[in-house]
Amino acid sequence: MVRRQEAPHLLLSIVPVVTIFAAFFLLPFARLLVASLEGPLGSGAYAAVLTNPRYFSSLVSTILLALVVTFVTLIISGIAGVFLDRNHFAGRSMVIAALTLPLAFPGVVVGFMVIMLGGRQGAIGEISKMISGHNLVFAYSMAGLFVGYVYFSIPRVILTVMAAAEKLDRNLEEAARSLGASSWRVVADVIIPGLMPAILSAGAFCFATAMGAFGTAFTLATDINVLPMTIYTEFTQRANIASAAAMSVVLGLITWVVLAIARTAAGGTVAAAG
Amino acid sequence: MGTDVRRRPLFAMQLGFTLLVCAFMFVPIVLSIMAGFTSNYIRGISSGLTLRWIVEVWALYRDAIGLSLLIALACLAITLVVGVPTAYVLAKANHWSTRLIEELLVTPLAIPGLAIALGLIITYGALREFRTHWTFILVGHVLYTLPFMVRSVLAVLSSIDLRTLEEGAASLGASYWQRFFTIGLPNARSGIVAGALMVVTLSVGEFNITWMLHTPLNKTVPVGLADSYASMRLEIGSAYTTIFFLMIVPLLIAIQRLGKPRRRSVRATPAVSTR
Repeated sequence: MVRRQEAPHLLLSIVPVVTIFAAFFLLPFARLLVASLEGPLGSGAYAAVLTNPRYFSSLVSTILLALVVTFVTLIISGIAGVFLDRNHFAGRSMVIAALTLPLAFPGVVVGFMVIMLGGRQGAIGEISKMISGHNLVFAYSMAGLFVGYVYFSIPRVILTVMAAAEKLDRNLEEAARSLGASSWRVVADVIIPGLMPAILSAGAFCFATAMGAFGTAFTLATDINVLPMTIYTEFTQRANIASAAAMSVVLGLITWVVLAIARTAAGGTVAAAG
Repeated sequence: MGTDVRRRPLFAMQLGFTLLVCAFMFVPIVLSIMAGFTSNYIRGISSGLTLRWIVEVWALYRDAIGLSLLIALACLAITLVVGVPTAYVLAKANHWSTRLIEELLVTPLAIPGLAIALGLIITYGALREFRTHWTFILVGHVLYTLPFMVRSVLAVLSSIDLRTLEEGAASLGASYWQRFFTIGLPNARSGIVAGALMVVTLSVGEFNITWMLHTPLNKTVPVGLADSYASMRLEIGSAYTTIFFLMIVPLLIAIQRLGKPRRRSVRATPAVSTR
């Protein structure tokens, strides 16, 4: 068989990647685990994530922030994505280009975009000053972080929603309408269930980025109480390596598990539908 | 048509909403470009247009721009040389070990860059030479971009009947590497191009890992951006952001262009892993 003779070549082709991966990902992650257990608290470093009020509050606020970001981004991108898939109008491709251009903006730049909108010299503040005389500044806080993560997530979620909406069976919607279903019922009973796999995977993406991202918070204010900032401060300013490592492991596990669950759930639904 | 009239207000509302989202995404980009060319942003355009900030950024952060390009190209070279043969193997072999590798390769994307960087520092931080060398940042970038190259190439190779082509060539006596270069590479071309654009774009913009791994002498563009946002006036931050846009927007537009006809095959990647 061809495969037998090929084995050495296949192995040779794959060895560099496996080596890079083992040396620079598996080994460091194992060392991170070890480091998290080597502090004065031992395995108590993990308990501290829950018992230390500062760590716990940043864990809770990060999870809450990520949930709200996910929810809001899905609603915004769901409406805009389905609309853009269904309606063809002049300038549509320009709108899509503008919406998806920030797709790969790094978190720091997204943070700066938030400052342009809601910073001390921000556009929204200028508008609010004209209307009410009050300069609305929201960039340098949790609210700014929220706006930044929504900004960051919209392009990818819109693309995912549009791709999924394109594949929906339009006949189902027409059938529902001809049976007298209102627009809202069509959305709730036909469109949203049809988009579910896309919603799950896009939602998991939003959640994971909002949990683990770092650049946006770093640009806006270093004292925002979210887990990545807490890890950063513990590591660089307090040299508390064990706690930083333990929180990194917890953070990594949360994002990994959420993405894995979403992928399984979305994959399962896709298979069931097909 | 009755239904159309009934749905027209809905259309207008949705269009208005979508345009509002569009403004939310686009207005800050325009504002930051404007600010980069304005003498005094608080006083507005009336204070005059200037190239002063751009010149200042160039003087302050030229090295960062050079280093970012160097790292992006090195990252591209590595992901091409090691990633494309790997994708070729993954497309051909249907073995538990290759599926495991495929799964493992994407895990760095599921774990925050901060955690990856901490692991790297704890493991290799004591190696002074390596820790302070730009290749230390490169390592982080390769981990983060490799899955994109592999998956992009794998998606294309899985969409064709690679096995039949391979068997034909093998029966005519083509060796493994002959087949890789004459069947694998040409057929994977669109995936390689898409993957390459993605790798360069992500590398140029990477911050989460890079911030932890950088040293004062090794700053990339996003690290410099964070630096300028924190310690420079708004106009300089804006001018620097504008330069960053010049680097990254052409890449993003190329990705969008390329993505249109091919989007479905790239999106089909998850299906590939459930073979």
